[in-house]
Amino acid sequence: MQAEVRTQMLRMWRVGLLSGLALAAAPAHAFIAYVSNEKSNTVTVIDTESWTVTKTIKVGQRPRGIDFTRDGKFVMVAVGDDDTIQVIDAKTQAVVDSLPSGPDPELFAQDAAGKILYVANENDNTVTVIDLEKRARLGDIQVGVEPEGMTISPDGKTLINTSETTNMAHFIDTASRQIVANVLVDARPRFAEFKHDASEVWVSSEIGGTVSVIDPKKHEVIGKVTFEIPGLRKEAIQPVGIGMTKDDKTAFVALGPANRIAVVDVASRKVTKYLLVGQRVWHMAFTPDEKYLLTTNGVSNDVSVIDVAAQKVIKTIQVGELPWGITIAP
Amino acid sequence: MIRWLVGLIGLGLAATSALAAEPALIGVGYLGLAGTRSTLSLVEQPAENDGVAGARLAIEDNNTTGKFLGQRFALEERRIKEGEDVVQAAAALAEKNSFIITDLPADALLKVSDALRDRGTLLFNAGAIDERLREADCRANVIHTAPTRAMLADALGQYLVWKKWSRWLLVVGSHDEDKLFADALRRTAARFGAKIVQEKTFEDKGGARRTDSGVTLIQRQMPVFTQGAPAYDVLVAADESEVFGAYLPYRTWDPRPVAGSAGLVPRSWDAAQDQWGAIQMQNRFVKLNSRRMTALDMQAWTAARMIGEATSRTNSGDVKKVTDFIKGPDFSVAAFKGTRLTLRDWNWQLRQPILLVDGRMVVSVSPQEGFLHQISELDTLGYDRPESKCKLK
Repeated sequence: MQAEVRTQMLRMWRVGLLSGLALAAAPAHAFIAYVSNEKSNTVTVIDTESWTVTKTIKVGQRPRGIDFTRDGKFVMVAVGDDDTIQVIDAKTQAVVDSLPSGPDPELFAQDAAGKILYVANENDNTVTVIDLEKRARLGDIQVGVEPEGMTISPDGKTLINTSETTNMAHFIDTASRQIVANVLVDARPRFAEFKHDASEVWVSSEIGGTVSVIDPKKHEVIGKVTFEIPGLRKEAIQPVGIGMTKDDKTAFVALGPANRIAVVDVASRKVTKYLLVGQRVWHMAFTPDEKYLLTTNGVSNDVSVIDVAAQKVIKTIQVGELPWGITIAP
Repeated sequence: MIRWLVGLIGLGLAATSALAAEPALIGVGYLGLAGTRSTLSLVEQPAENDGVAGARLAIEDNNTTGKFLGQRFALEERRIKEGEDVVQAAAALAEKNSFIITDLPADALLKVSDALRDRGTLLFNAGAIDERLREADCRANVIHTAPTRAMLADALGQYLVWKKWSRWLLVVGSHDEDKLFADALRRTAARFGAKIVQEKTFEDKGGARRTDSGVTLIQRQMPVFTQGAPAYDVLVAADESEVFGAYLPYRTWDPRPVAGSAGLVPRSWDAAQDQWGAIQMQNRFVKLNSRRMTALDMQAWTAARMIGEATSRTNSGDVKKVTDFIKGPDFSVAAFKGTRLTLRDWNWQLRQPILLVDGRMVVSVSPQEGFLHQISELDTLGYDRPESKCKLK
């Protein structure tokens, strides 16, 4: 516990120092974004100062879920058709290792300390638990059909997994690795996101066309975000990725083939604006300073850059084929 | 007295916990004909369990979900041999199963539907593509997961028109179902502005589908049969009976693509379909059944999944509640086709995208871009509400 606090403080100090240095060097923060390209089997590296592609890394087959390790040293990318998660060294930008996931890993979540990784394996209805330091598989948790969305509560005690054909959000106790509750949501739940104050979990339903707001204590759906875009059929509105600002005031929801990001007022659960981005938008990531939100647009093979404060799309960057997930260096 | 009371409470507790532990059993029947039909291509030869294998996978999927809800699904299969009474078999199946998935010819399905009407059994037509089951002969207790001939023909026609292959040479078989498919194709051509430049009939004169040196003969027959046609872009074949369609590709007199019953074929599903998360289901299917998934498997899977979807949403296995929910305005089902599938409330036909496949790949998916509709683009496929002759009863 003490050691953990110390490392946390150390990290905060280091981040503070680094950003201080960056501030001194340039007016804008430069961050590095990594984008998984599902069809090209590559990861595109983007510099957020120049908004240019600086490198394309060859990875395994069908890269989808992608995330930085908590220490910012490595990028993990699930390569589903190779049944593993590859590890990219952020310094050398090359694949250096792989993790023992179950078959067809798609999305994953890590605990706050960055020690345990939970992986949704679409092919065999399980969530695999991996020790990140030992790179060893600790066990499996049986969930519903086609597990996909994964998120962990801010206190690290609850893991949420969504299963696409069972249409549920499974609440898993991370200590006992047992399911404690199952909450039925609309069809094909793809993604789950906690509010930073842990008071709500938002779950997107791609085919149902809604986002369910769940009370994580009562395990009940307490509200729904619905979408309506003039001139677009209901069927084209397919919510997937969700991003929430740190103050929990604004949520951004990717609407797939509707080619739009919905800006949602979290308190009222109402859409305030639709931002037109590239085609079939699925996932997104904020820059750590929350100035920008980057979205992956699968069919137009590009990434849209949204100015968060202005709520405007300011840039489009061409990446590989069928960009899927995105992560930005902490 | 106190001991007696304690005993009573104890009993009561035991009874409740036993009740909670015992999942609700939901019976699903599968009714089809025994035996399989013969196809020209050996690789297209249906398996003995064509259809029911899809239902079996959906029952597994439903049970994975059901274990979180205290619901258990069981599948009972019944195959009718020649000379057996289909109504009797259906009634026996309905004893334990409130839901029955059928793969029956139209007349047999109508008999079963009428016989089970008062019992409240809900039927799912997974096999028959006949228009009349959704039109003049529609029934309130039958949900159709199989697409219709008009839906299939429109799906193909939209693509051919998009491709600007609008001059069709139509070749029709001599059996009734071939003629029905040809009717659907003519309607499609008229709707979407294609022109049938000539129609030819291919007479079924009998003969074996399997021969030792058939190829030599076919290679001489087919060019001659298609010789002398007016200028056309694509040959469209209506051969549901599997007599000649598959012989046409690469053998036409003029070098033209073939579509319809061979070449580019419209289907509700295909083993090559891997978009929209389908790969996971294809893998589950192969693992369970040791073969690839057909359109009929998918139509039966969808039927059994619709039952599971409704039982989980209503948290009930009661046929009345489940039927009301399926027929209600909030019902939709996800079936790996990129969009939610809903029911046409005027005839209980499932709206669905149709794949266009060539036996190896999914070439396209209809409805095509630009075919617009005020309610759902899926209603550009097949007979729409204003055209329907169905009066549900």
